[in-house]
Amino acid sequence: MVSVPNVERAAASSSPSSVRSRVKKRLGPDIDGYGFLLPATIVMISLVVYPFCLAIWFSVSDAFVGEPASYVGLENFIYILTEDDIFIETIWNTLLFAFWSVLFKVVLGLSCALLLQRILKLKRFFRGSVLLPFVAPTALSTLGWWLILDPTYSHINWILENMWPFSVMGFGPYNFLGEPTLAMASVIFVNIWRGIPFFIITILAGLMSIPEHLYDAAEIDGASTWRKFRSITLPLLRPVLAIIILFSTIFTLGEFNIIYVLTRGGPMNSTHLFSTYSFTYGILNHEIALGAAVALFLFPILVLIVVFLLRMVRRDTSHEL
Amino acid sequence: MSSSTTTLTGSGGREVGINKVPIWRRRKAALNYVALLPYVFFALFPFYIMFITSIKTDQEINNLGNSPFWATGIATEHYVYLATNTSFFQHWFVNTLIVTVAVTIISVSIGTLAAYALARLRFRGVELFGVAVFITYLIPQTLLFIPLIDVINTIDDYVPIRDTYWSLILTYPTFLIPFVTWLLMGYFKTIPVEVEECAYLDGCSRLGALFRVVLPMAVPGIMCAILFSITLSWNELLYSLVFIQDEAAKTISVGVITELIRGDIYYWGSLMAACFIGALPIIMIYGFFMDYFTSGLTAGAIK
Repeated sequence: MVSVPNVERAAASSSPSSVRSRVKKRLGPDIDGYGFLLPATIVMISLVVYPFCLAIWFSVSDAFVGEPASYVGLENFIYILTEDDIFIETIWNTLLFAFWSVLFKVVLGLSCALLLQRILKLKRFFRGSVLLPFVAPTALSTLGWWLILDPTYSHINWILENMWPFSVMGFGPYNFLGEPTLAMASVIFVNIWRGIPFFIITILAGLMSIPEHLYDAAEIDGASTWRKFRSITLPLLRPVLAIIILFSTIFTLGEFNIIYVLTRGGPMNSTHLFSTYSFTYGILNHEIALGAAVALFLFPILVLIVVFLLRMVRRDTSHEL
Repeated sequence: MSSSTTTLTGSGGREVGINKVPIWRRRKAALNYVALLPYVFFALFPFYIMFITSIKTDQEINNLGNSPFWATGIATEHYVYLATNTSFFQHWFVNTLIVTVAVTIISVSIGTLAAYALARLRFRGVELFGVAVFITYLIPQTLLFIPLIDVINTIDDYVPIRDTYWSLILTYPTFLIPFVTWLLMGYFKTIPVEVEECAYLDGCSRLGALFRVVLPMAVPGIMCAILFSITLSWNELLYSLVFIQDEAAKTISVGVITELIRGDIYYWGSLMAACFIGALPIIMIYGFFMDYFTSGLTAGAIK
């Protein structure tokens, strides 16, 4: 951190008894910094911190739309953990969803980034197209997938039935969004589709920052491509990979759009995540208290990831390049 | 760098011109392109399907024997339907546009001020503010949408904002300000302090220095913040879905999902046309400013 107006500081220290200088000693040389942060702080306190506290209050109350709420202790949490089978299923769904999504995003993102780094021509075209899923409106592009996965109109089923060699293998037709396992696979699939670009672009940036001379040295030593990847690329990429995996995990755990558009949590609640289940309770069933309690289960996981992330970011910046 | 690139650019003692690249190396380079094709195909597939379905007639869509991947002609009926039908499609588009512009202006200005303070100024608690911004950036909307309904209802008692796009203009900055702040903080740190000190010596105030010296140098970073704000607010679904029930006040994503999907028979043609039009503005902006997007994404995650 750097203090800018040295001139001002020198002037202040010449009259040490003034209130201004005492305040400065206490709060630092740039008190106007608080003024710069004021608008952001107001918005964040009134629309993030306050609602968050409200969520905690709802989760320990019997809040229901249009009725005054009163304190009930941990009743909601006990209820969803012991009597609500769908919630237990939701926990498993969320873990399953996040695990497979993030795993495939890492593998496919890394492989695509390595390929993109090797090409010289048409760079913009290739990069531009593989990043598109990330910028396009998720809800709308997911509707495209909805058509592709529709039991009657499915393009995948059409291929399986009408195109050689699939037509003779006798697969399908599948009801992709109508059977629990297939539905889960489908939402994970679409989530991977939407999430890969984030991995590609950040890994690509990480690859760029690896010094060229390491590879040159390895080449002189006669290292194979695989050896170079294993001994140079992967170890040097590890910090970047760790950070984006954590980031992606947070966003994947909180996913709402894809599930809402494709399955709304069905069939038979097999694709409910915390977000959609909380939506079902809080918005569709008007049980605000239970909705808030379900959503709050995300919080401990979030805290854990944030602590990890902060540690890594700090360690990264402490020995800045 | 990979072996193919080293050959082409030439490194150290073995300078090789493009023409002298051994044939097996060139083939290897070509393989990279071939290997990339599945990724490109995968990424673009739903957009292609969207477009091709939107230019088919209903009859063609419902003829399941036909290949769903080609259209025999270009039918504009679904686009005409969206433009002329009394459905609220045009309202949704305009609403989304208003919200996006307003939210972008608010978030980028507030975020710029905050980022400048966090990156440059020295005062007690600055680290704490930085961490707080980072944490609010990571809090998912899932955790906030239920209590925010309550907040909106409370405000609605004084100013009517419920069921209007004002509720979105109010709430979208909650996820955009932290993002913009985080992004620009990294950017401001790369601008040399000396430039600013010169401005102070010439008699600039803090705000004067910020507007006349720092911001002009930070234009690429701010551009990036603006583009991301536009994209994220245009694409938002959850808040808009929860806070707005009035058909005419909806945004495009929510409108298409809740109003255009009705009953058991889906009107795939008009649905896909709506998706395509809804995604087009963002895709076009992205096409023009791709480099800003990539640099922003990297800075947002890594710095």
